[in-house]
Amino acid sequence: MKFIQNIFDATRPAVTTGKLKPLYPLHNALETMMFVPDHNAHSGAHVRDAIDLKRTMVTVIFALVPALLFGIFNGGYQHYKALGLLNEAMGWGQFFTLDNFIFGAWKIVPMIAVTYMAGLGVEIYFAGINKHPVNEGFLVSGLLIPMTMPIDMPLWMVAISTIFAVLIGKEVFGGTGMNILNPALTARAFAFFAYPSFMSGDKVWVNTSVEAGQSVVDGFSGATALGQYATTGSTSFGAWDAFLGLIPGSIGETSTLLIVLGGIYLIATGIGSWKIMLGSTLGAVAMGLLFNWAAPHMITESQQQFMSIPFYYHLVFGSWAFATVFMATDPVSAAHTERGKWIYGFLVGFLGIMIRVFNPAYPEGMMLAILFMNVMAPMIDHYVVNANIQKRLKRVKA
Amino acid sequence: MSTEQKPAKEGLFSKKNRSLLIDPMNANNPITVQVLGICSALAITVKLKPAIVMGLSVLVVTTMANLITSLMRNMIPNRIRIIVQLVVVAALVILVDQVLKAFVYDVSKQLSVFVGLIITNCIIMGRIEAFSLGNTPWKSVLDGLGNGAAYGGILIIVAFFRELLGNGTLLDYPVVDMLGLYDLGYKNNGMMLLPPMALIVVALIIWVQRAKTPSLIEKD
Repeated sequence: MKFIQNIFDATRPAVTTGKLKPLYPLHNALETMMFVPDHNAHSGAHVRDAIDLKRTMVTVIFALVPALLFGIFNGGYQHYKALGLLNEAMGWGQFFTLDNFIFGAWKIVPMIAVTYMAGLGVEIYFAGINKHPVNEGFLVSGLLIPMTMPIDMPLWMVAISTIFAVLIGKEVFGGTGMNILNPALTARAFAFFAYPSFMSGDKVWVNTSVEAGQSVVDGFSGATALGQYATTGSTSFGAWDAFLGLIPGSIGETSTLLIVLGGIYLIATGIGSWKIMLGSTLGAVAMGLLFNWAAPHMITESQQQFMSIPFYYHLVFGSWAFATVFMATDPVSAAHTERGKWIYGFLVGFLGIMIRVFNPAYPEGMMLAILFMNVMAPMIDHYVVNANIQKRLKRVKA
Repeated sequence: MSTEQKPAKEGLFSKKNRSLLIDPMNANNPITVQVLGICSALAITVKLKPAIVMGLSVLVVTTMANLITSLMRNMIPNRIRIIVQLVVVAALVILVDQVLKAFVYDVSKQLSVFVGLIITNCIIMGRIEAFSLGNTPWKSVLDGLGNGAAYGGILIIVAFFRELLGNGTLLDYPVVDMLGLYDLGYKNNGMMLLPPMALIVVALIIWVQRAKTPSLIEKD
């Protein structure tokens, strides 16, 4: 440890007063990552809580790890399953294998690395221009972005989406804490609209690259459950498999079980808002029940089929769980008032399921629903605050 | 009127007159500073060729409209000036539309309704209202040329990036294909073809322009 400290000490004059001044944020970020800062508060300390931005972010990372590890295993599992190399009867014995892990990690770890490099590159550049230390805002976004992408996404597309999200989604508004939109979803939305053939359809969710002597099994379809619903009105996946996560999908979103575990951890630590999560659940269930009720009245048969699926299917298929737990609860872009969080959460779930079912162009609607509600969040807050003022004014006058 | 006497002493390209021509290019740009004429900038910048034609059309219309209204400025009753301006601009736009249909029919079809909508382009009405109704013909022509060229310039910059990144071509010439980037796995960015990206490109131009021009940076 001592020699690392020596490196930081030796290079400090160069970046604080010397020629390499633009690199100071990088130096500072790496140093505080490795060592506890040795400086104290300059004036009176006003710490009311030991939690700071860095710890908040690390807590979310912890909550993400189970879903990420599962996504890595699932990447390999779906690949070998598509090639017909798995014995279905063996069940979980075929899932947590080293082969699956190595294959998944070989695809996913580079994506994570590229995301962090691209995003932190932009952050450090702007920290240099604006003369402030790099803050920890990108830690979570950098992990969320690859988890929302399909496994076959080319790395340069991941990098461009990340740079776009950090630049247009965050830095132009003033950096971490000032952004209107969720940066991770901005990256996904950019990738979705810029490279639709890599972000949707039935070819991208399972890696089907074959080596010599291998071939994809007959009748294989890499479509996600919602993709199947959108095209045929039914799915070949069971709700139980979808709950556990043994289905094709974006890297981090398949296992509802592990996402719920992460969500419980976020609620227990007080990082994620349970009001938003519960609100989104109520919204999704309400929309699902509304569809069930309205299904017999629809004209086309495919709509009837899609709308009559049990409401809880909407909670396990697609990215509803991931979006609700990790995306909608982003403390910056969500509503800030407590009552606003209920409205915001409810509408996220409600609109997400609505887009999912009604719009054939978007088999999944949670991304668009959350981005839309991000934009609406300040308005919700405005009216909640105003309602409170009116209420209290009445009390004064009475 | 007092404005009539000044230009006799002033040279054709005096410093003041030159600034009329050059100011709109940067510090007083109609799109990036005054944020006028955005609608057409979004609609016709998917490809470079329509953008160039549109820029030229607006340049002609705004110059001629400025000249004509400036010549008539002492005859127009104040109360009906908007109607007179509209008649002038509409007549010019119909002329431009007919010329486009006669000589570049395919581009005219791509521009479709947006040629007709030059009438409502805020820049043209804005320049007539704000400038040519109170200035001599020569100055008005310079002002119209400057603003039209500035509008067309931004249009061409936006269209350049949108066509290059969204289609991989420039003036329908397959640049990206010639460079062999597709063989390396490069893909065109479909979002560049969608209207929101034109706004974002304009915003990026504004960002660069403000960073380079200290006089445009607002104090907060």
